[in-house]
Amino acid sequence: MIRFILRRVLGFIPVFLIIATLVFFLIRLAPGGPFMEGERHVPPEVLEQIRESYNLNAPLPQQYAMYMWDLVRGDLGPSMQQPSRTVSQWIVLRAPVSVELGFYSLIVALIIGLSAGIIASLRPNTLTDYIPMSIAMAGICMPTFVMGPLLVLIFALKFQWLPVSGWDAPAEKILPSITLGTVYAAYIARLARGGMFEVLAQDFIRTARAKGLSETRVVLRHALRGGLQPVISFLGPAAAGLLTGSFVVEKIFIIPGLGKQFVDAAFNRDYTMLMGAVLFYAVLILIFNLIVDVAQAWLDPRVRYD
Amino acid sequence: MRFLLGHTSLCIAIALTLSACNGQSGSTSKSKAPREGVLRVAADAEPQSLDPQLTTGHTEHRILTSLFEGLTTLNQKTLEVEPGVAKTWEISEDGRTYTFHLNPDAKWSDGAPMTANDFVYSFKRILSPKFAAEYSYMPWCIENAEAFNKGTIEDFAQVGVKAIDNATLEVKLAYPAPYFLSMQMHNAWFPVQQATIEKHGKIDDRQSDWILAGNMVSNGPFKLAEWKPNELIRVVRNEHYWDAKNIKLNEIEFYPVNGNLQTAERMFRAGEVDTIETLVITKVPVYKRDNPSVLKLEPFAGTYFYRMNVTRPPLDDPRVRLALAMSVDKESVCNDVLFGAFTPANALTPPGLGGYTAEAGIPYDLAKAKALLAEAGYPDGKGMRDIEILYNESEDHQLVAEAVQDMWKKGLGINVVTNKQEWKVYLSSMTTLNYDVVRAGWIADFLDPMNYCECFTTDNGNNRTGWSNPQYDELEKKARHELDPKQRFAYMQEAEKLLLSQTPIIPIYTYRQRYLINSDLQGCDGNILNYMNYKYMSVTRNKS
Repeated sequence: MIRFILRRVLGFIPVFLIIATLVFFLIRLAPGGPFMEGERHVPPEVLEQIRESYNLNAPLPQQYAMYMWDLVRGDLGPSMQQPSRTVSQWIVLRAPVSVELGFYSLIVALIIGLSAGIIASLRPNTLTDYIPMSIAMAGICMPTFVMGPLLVLIFALKFQWLPVSGWDAPAEKILPSITLGTVYAAYIARLARGGMFEVLAQDFIRTARAKGLSETRVVLRHALRGGLQPVISFLGPAAAGLLTGSFVVEKIFIIPGLGKQFVDAAFNRDYTMLMGAVLFYAVLILIFNLIVDVAQAWLDPRVRYD
Repeated sequence: MRFLLGHTSLCIAIALTLSACNGQSGSTSKSKAPREGVLRVAADAEPQSLDPQLTTGHTEHRILTSLFEGLTTLNQKTLEVEPGVAKTWEISEDGRTYTFHLNPDAKWSDGAPMTANDFVYSFKRILSPKFAAEYSYMPWCIENAEAFNKGTIEDFAQVGVKAIDNATLEVKLAYPAPYFLSMQMHNAWFPVQQATIEKHGKIDDRQSDWILAGNMVSNGPFKLAEWKPNELIRVVRNEHYWDAKNIKLNEIEFYPVNGNLQTAERMFRAGEVDTIETLVITKVPVYKRDNPSVLKLEPFAGTYFYRMNVTRPPLDDPRVRLALAMSVDKESVCNDVLFGAFTPANALTPPGLGGYTAEAGIPYDLAKAKALLAEAGYPDGKGMRDIEILYNESEDHQLVAEAVQDMWKKGLGINVVTNKQEWKVYLSSMTTLNYDVVRAGWIADFLDPMNYCECFTTDNGNNRTGWSNPQYDELEKKARHELDPKQRFAYMQEAEKLLLSQTPIIPIYTYRQRYLINSDLQGCDGNILNYMNYKYMSVTRNKS
């Protein structure tokens, strides 16, 4: 087990370096750069000086070597477009917000998704199945940029129960979490329904019922464990998706998370910030994949640690 | 299920660990509830920096005017020059030497007195080649400033800024710039404190912690109390400000909406802010109809226009360019397409800029446009290649481009394609003359038509059309060195007339600021520079 994990972690290093290299050169292929003439002319001498101070005038291989050397020493450099802080400082400032948002959304997704899915699976092809599943289908289809403003319209502007935006007071965190969570709730509901449906049709459930167990006990004690397998394997990618895919929600609700920072960095050609964000996400996703692999091997004896 | 729990606890652990790292931002910020004496502003964007000498944006400018003050300021309502750090000043007869006498009460927010040397240091900083400030060309009107900035001279003593004594500053200009005083409201001219800068780095460090709350020392009516990036910038009254007794606000809270104008409008509707910087354009008719008292549509010294690449045939023919310009129905663009949010423009300069209103103009005249096009050899557009309109991603630009496309197609029979590019790609296409027709805008930095006139001289980096006219260059030069205000304007009128007759540009509309302001906020009179002097503003909460 330990050897398995160690081997996987060692395997991260080349993956990480390949990602860093690819991103380093790819972003430099995009037209424009972090420092160029804007809507207003900037004297060429000034542009030259700015590029100089960020080492952008050096030949590309040299820039690459210097960046990688700094990276190995854990220095992600200053943000080119938001020079008030270094890239590492920005990530430390921003990532917790995205993680927090992702975490609440996951909770929302699990609560709504699991209850809807389980209820639907108990009476297949009846109204108690069709109604939650139709809502789930609508949830999958409804993008966050529609859901977010819609919730704001109802709960913030019409009833004035919750604030329109922000990420400071607890009340401000409700609507964004629901917005981001609903999409995943819909997936979870469908997966849970499918999984439960399959398990409930199996022999051991019939046996349990035949023993005279109450329906609640049959569902919670016996069916749930097997029925939720598809949901569990979905959670790995879902958690990564929640953490990295929060850009739209962060924009709608003006949440100072890393998603927005990441996309802005791409548009602004903030090379250092973009590299930092990509590498941070890469590490996060590598870790999540490792956890899923370990858990799968642990839950399913057919998967070996090699 | 165990895995589920494990996973959840892992998330909690990560969230908690990372939240712990986040402790530095503190939790001092308050709720967005309305409070007496606290102005809440939805700012369009998160400032790139709060270093007055490094930032270039409008949002930054509006925040910085609360924190810093230059030698002179402007009246919020009339835009007349008012004393800032300088109490009085004299101008030499040749208009090239300014002597400022500093207000003895002027102090930094840490209580230290302000001296003439503070300005010498600040001007040196923005002009330092290594500091590489994008607005370093602003002070180029000072003698030898350009040479120092470009590194051709290294001794700052040769630059025309001198502290005669602690309270007297002398500035020698390279040419008489009658707008020199009104320029001082721009953040590029704001003073910075040497001790603070050097405590956190060198004079020419672009990246420095001096701008963070707790480190910053400023000299404006307010001082920085809190800066949570992308969340809140809170400034509080600066007791050391020389005119502190006249400041009516206790605090200003800026909530950056990061370009999401829809959310800004919703925040206003929910009563979370007192004013928003820009109203999303599609909401203009809604507010006009339902809530006109909070909607402000004020003239703004900015022009939206199209540049034409005169190096590319058939746009190298002035007749073709004029025909294109004359066939744009700007009334229709403003009223039918842009919700009546802007004013049609026939000239480059916005009306009333420092008392100057253009006499020349390009009117909408389709018949004449058709005749010109026929004269150029393209009757009813026959034989003309496709023309491309380039614009950067934005709904407003797209609406205008499509309207113009339609006008040229139907009016002149020219086939027009539109091309939308991402901001940085668009900028690079424009600056390398890789376009036919490109959307552009120009907002005045200070109150003088020279701001526009100088853009289209041959060597000016803002020209970006390939157009060059020696006569125009000559007129601009004459205007620059003319002392008599009437004659100065006459030269610029002539220059603008020449520019419009040669038509490297198509003026489309004059900007209007469109923003919302609730009835609690007083003293926020609009002006054409959209300049905010927070000293004059007050917030009184209605009891109802």
